[in-house]
Amino acid sequence: VSAPEIIDLSAAQAVAEIEAGRLSATELFDAYRARAAADELNCFTWVADEPPAAEARGALRGVPLAVKDLFCTAGVPSQSGSRILEGYRPPYTATVVARLAAAGAPLLAKTNQDEFAMGSSNENSAFGPVLNPWDSARVPGGSSGGSAAAVAAGLAPWALGTDTGGSIRQPAALCGIVGLKPTYGAVSRYGMIAFASSLDQAGPLTRDVTDAALLLRHMVGRDECDATSLGHPEEIVLPTAESLSGLRLGVPEELTGEGIDPAVLAAFHGALSLAQELGAEIHDVRLPHAPHGLSAYYVLAPAEASSNLARFDGVRYGLRAEGVDDLLELYTLTRHDGFGTEVRRRIMLGTYALSAGYYDAYYGRAQRVRTKIVGDFDAAFAEVDFILTPTSPTVAFRLGERTGDPWSMYINDFCTVPMSLAGIPAISIPCGLAGDGAGGELPVGLQIAGPVFSENRLLDAAFALERALGFDGSRARIGGAA
Amino acid sequence: VSAVEYEPVIGLEIHIQLATATKMFCGCALSFGEPPNTRTCPVCLGLPGSLPVANARAVHFGLMIGLALGSELAPRSIFHRKNYFYPDLPKGYQISQYDLPLCLGGRLGDVRIHRVHLEEDAAKLVHVGASGRIHGSDASVVDFNRGGTPLAEIVTEPDLRSAEAAGEWLRLLRTTMRVLGVSDVNMEEGSLRCDANISLRPAGSEQLGVKTELKNMNSFRFIERGIRAELARQEAILCGGGRVLQETLHFDPASERITSLRSKEEAHDYRYFPEPDLVPVAIDAAMLDAARAALPELPAARAERFEGQIGLSPDSARLLAFRTELGDYFEAARSVEVEPAPPAQALANWISGDLLARLAGGQAVAAADGEPGSGADGRGEATSADPSSSRVSPRALAALVGLVATKRISVGAGRQVLDRLVAEGGDPAAIVEAEGLAAIDGGDELAAIVAEALAAHPAAAENVRAGNAKAIGPIIGHVMRETKGRADGGVVTRLVHEQLGI
Repeated sequence: VSAPEIIDLSAAQAVAEIEAGRLSATELFDAYRARAAADELNCFTWVADEPPAAEARGALRGVPLAVKDLFCTAGVPSQSGSRILEGYRPPYTATVVARLAAAGAPLLAKTNQDEFAMGSSNENSAFGPVLNPWDSARVPGGSSGGSAAAVAAGLAPWALGTDTGGSIRQPAALCGIVGLKPTYGAVSRYGMIAFASSLDQAGPLTRDVTDAALLLRHMVGRDECDATSLGHPEEIVLPTAESLSGLRLGVPEELTGEGIDPAVLAAFHGALSLAQELGAEIHDVRLPHAPHGLSAYYVLAPAEASSNLARFDGVRYGLRAEGVDDLLELYTLTRHDGFGTEVRRRIMLGTYALSAGYYDAYYGRAQRVRTKIVGDFDAAFAEVDFILTPTSPTVAFRLGERTGDPWSMYINDFCTVPMSLAGIPAISIPCGLAGDGAGGELPVGLQIAGPVFSENRLLDAAFALERALGFDGSRARIGGAA
Repeated sequence: VSAVEYEPVIGLEIHIQLATATKMFCGCALSFGEPPNTRTCPVCLGLPGSLPVANARAVHFGLMIGLALGSELAPRSIFHRKNYFYPDLPKGYQISQYDLPLCLGGRLGDVRIHRVHLEEDAAKLVHVGASGRIHGSDASVVDFNRGGTPLAEIVTEPDLRSAEAAGEWLRLLRTTMRVLGVSDVNMEEGSLRCDANISLRPAGSEQLGVKTELKNMNSFRFIERGIRAELARQEAILCGGGRVLQETLHFDPASERITSLRSKEEAHDYRYFPEPDLVPVAIDAAMLDAARAALPELPAARAERFEGQIGLSPDSARLLAFRTELGDYFEAARSVEVEPAPPAQALANWISGDLLARLAGGQAVAAADGEPGSGADGRGEATSADPSSSRVSPRALAALVGLVATKRISVGAGRQVLDRLVAEGGDPAAIVEAEGLAAIDGGDELAAIVAEALAAHPAAAENVRAGNAKAIGPIIGHVMRETKGRADGGVVTRLVHEQLGI
């Protein structure tokens, strides 16, 4: 197998090639290591110097993995995209990274991200923005922008991301790859540098649905170190469905109308037609409280973040302000210098929302909205098997286009946040291309959401649609055979 | 002098380090003076990405405490984050409980319990430099060994009315916790810590006055002194027509001075919210059964049993029950079979009186929990004398008390035997035999000695005959000298009266 051909293999295909003895894990690792090291999209914050010393054991056969910066990796920089953790090398490895390494997926690189996963464009990274491999003047989405861009560009076979309000699904959509946010609790959060604990969930960013299933299979599981982890009641299996026959697909008007770019909607409706051809029934469903999801999310997530990020105080690790006279100055200067604008904004938002006298009006009310949204989904899933929406209201936007207006950035999460608040699994698959308004074309993502722990059925449906859609992502691959 | 009489209103907040094997939210062993920062892990250091997992044993201990205090146990309680910045708090928040604590309500003695909840201890700040205090120190360093130690916080209702009552009640609480086995409850080592909420109100008023909070007093003596000092300070303010300010105070036992730590305006906004990294603590039947099964007899119940079933006086019953080691020794002595058997009250009196005095006398002033001079309640709490670690076995004491109670030896002879037992141990009967301490009964031998004594003290004999009962002293003294204390005082008096014909 020659180098360009290696790059054209999906992760699952690479596993098969290694199993068949036609490809060595070291050869594969070296090929990707060289590509990652030559990256010009700023996808990575760290790249391995050499292949792992020990030969990979386990079902993943040594197919290397890119891991979002915010996963702790022992002895390897884990900075969550922040100046305040610049150069921080934790003494331990996140459970999910350790599990995947044990399953045969060694660490290839750490990927760039929005600082503390707060952002939808990857422009909030202390280590500079990531460029979209489809158009380097555009953002890859965020916060898992480095992971998405690296997989789309063929700089890594697959990658780990995290999703709090859309941080896997939205960059997957904007980069034309597959991104899955599992059911909350299916994957351990131990060792993930927290943004919002009640929402954060790790998931795969992959070239196709089969790879997503394969990676997820080795990620799920109860972890004694994470009290909120549940594991998964089913073993995750590789998808095989060819039709959608008998499936009822729900389309909520609240998330598929106003505010969605017409070109995105056109691609979305094209995918719905295809789904019908595959045997699915399309139904209208209501998610009446979903439009309030964004407001609730931007209270709850900053509230948790304001507390989660309190530990970055300059006392034990990370950045420490120099030349201070007292404790208060140590705190304020360290945190002022260490955190970027968006992180500081959200810490202030969250601190305000939790303050005495405001708690009920903000945090309490947002929690009630969250409960209503859970109820909306329960009611909808009594009628349909899955809910379909566009993943992102627009295709990838230009760098700098939205940085001056936080709200224009926040509404990127409009379609993805309700699923995060409900804790249900959702996958984004590329469903076509849409004009970028400048003569080019950019990928559009289709989001499919299902009830808790429906990952196997969700992956099957996504797999059938993926085959029928026949999306070709190879154009984004740098130096690929195509 | 003000015409208004003020009544103190005092409530206590007690923190108890739970004697679990590991910390509240991680697997680190608890620390007992190990080198700094050797009992730490990513969780208790608050490293990025680490997550807490609640210690089931701590929950079990919390349930035992709740059962012991008669609290209502919450079927579902949750942990909250209490947010504030300090270097001894590595996450920038303490995981504690807020509006859904593990235990609500209850009572111990005559004090109502408001709530009991679980939380984690902070780390220890060490101020480097000449003074050892934060002001004027060159640097502060943090030892995270203590950080994350499980704590139960017990909050009382404001039912205490004096410093002494607060001290006494705290001792009962300490004994109760010790008997439960949930904590070392050692104030000097910090496994028992107490804050007091103190206010005054006009006597008879139902309204509460403005309270102050006196922080972290680290011995029973200082608690009582601190409360007294604060009550005096508040009374002076009120009598002078002033108003007490709501603030948090520090009592310096060396200077007896009270200083303000922070005012109400400076109070933290802790921004409590439910800890999203933990799931609710759901108490099931098995957990409750396990906590009930682990519950030993508690001091209050033991005192009732000593009084009601065994027939001890109320004072004896409380003394033995509230000092576990005395109660245990008492029960051990009662359980051995000796002939003649000692009456219970006599046994209790010998333990709390003669035995304890001898054991305490043999030691330097080594106070319970190393608290010099505590025990203002006059119950001998100043000593850590534990009879079970003395040479006097429960069987020996039971035998001794039996001999005295049946007048086979006199009280005086009994005390001599006890001296020997304390010094060397041994068997009372053998000591009586060897020393010839057996009581002289009322026969001819004693009658002869009484006659001799009357002859030796004719003036006294005459006075007694004339009706002056007190004049008998020299005569009895003579007999006791001659018999080496083996005679029974009552018998001697009877013989004197017989021989004098009265």
